[in-house]
Amino acid sequence: MKADGDILLTLAVQFAVMSLLALGGANAVVPEMHRQAVELRGWMNEREFTDMFAISQAAPGPNVMLVTLIGYHVAGFAGAVVTTLAMCGPTAVLAHFLGRTWDRFRDRPWRVAVQAGVVPISVGLVGASAIVLTGAAVHNWAAAIITVTTAAVAYWSRWNPLWLIAMAGMAGLSGLV
Amino acid sequence: MSKPSTLPPPASAIPTHAELFLAFFKITLSGFGGTLPWTRRMFVEENRWMTAQEFNDIYALCQFLPGPNIVNLTSVFGSRMRGPTGAAAAWSGFLIVPFCVMLAAAMLYERYGNVEAVRHVLSGVAPAAAGLIIATVVKMAKPMFRSFGPAPFVLLGTAVAIGLMRWPLLLVLIVMAPLSIGIAWWMRSKETA
Repeated sequence: MKADGDILLTLAVQFAVMSLLALGGANAVVPEMHRQAVELRGWMNEREFTDMFAISQAAPGPNVMLVTLIGYHVAGFAGAVVTTLAMCGPTAVLAHFLGRTWDRFRDRPWRVAVQAGVVPISVGLVGASAIVLTGAAVHNWAAAIITVTTAAVAYWSRWNPLWLIAMAGMAGLSGLV
Repeated sequence: MSKPSTLPPPASAIPTHAELFLAFFKITLSGFGGTLPWTRRMFVEENRWMTAQEFNDIYALCQFLPGPNIVNLTSVFGSRMRGPTGAAAAWSGFLIVPFCVMLAAAMLYERYGNVEAVRHVLSGVAPAAAGLIIATVVKMAKPMFRSFGPAPFVLLGTAVAIGLMRWPLLLVLIVMAPLSIGIAWWMRSKETA
């Protein structure tokens, strides 16, 4: 929890690089965050990582705020500020510039090819997140049933996901999982 | 470059910096269960700061750009309206509330994360959160499996490399991105030839 300069610099670099690789959004880099935070650097254990992901899904606001939780866990308030800025800053600058020029290339063949090539990768990355998170969160049959049920209801209905999260939390609280 | 926009908004006046900040600030307050519908409502329907077509174009761009989509969206919107400083206003208006919420959540978690009741709740919520991601992936992947092409293979290859093999993201992207874009380019030139 102590925030020395080295750890803050590491956080800043790691998360800035990760944000630029996050094709398809924050969920695309969950496995990389897991690899860095749990496997390589030992900032937290598997359970803490899954907890933080669950909190980031349940709390209001965009999913990317998972990085705020990780930053706080690693280096307190300063860590939270650093990871949030590193994850949300550089690509916002990129978006500002591309937002002005991208329209001009609307019909260029290379733009169409880039877009067609990147979209399946970004979906594959979110697929990898699903694999990593399911592996980390599902340790018994009850948890597996919750995962499958939530996925099915979220896929086939238009329920607000928060209801599903709330019900799963109740199931957990009542000792079912 | 400092001119506000190449595509001026259709109906009402261009929002000021304060309006941009407040617009996104308000969106995050009402943004339980996704901020996108609220963003659309505020920009297209209520204030007519842009047309539905413009909104869709910007959304498509932000889905494709690296980084958190919705955060990038604030930057592109702000930038279209008021240049770089507009982007900064929209961006900070959007991040301030979620950041404070998450900070509070982080403090609570560090303090009470090991309390038994909290552990029970989280052990139920974590598999549900994984289920939500699965549903999102299936929804996004479905259109790609409808027609024959390289997309399903790229998708599965990426998911296996990262999700099962746990290979580093950078390495996988250095191989997959040129490969996938190259195939898309080749398929396209074959079609048009």
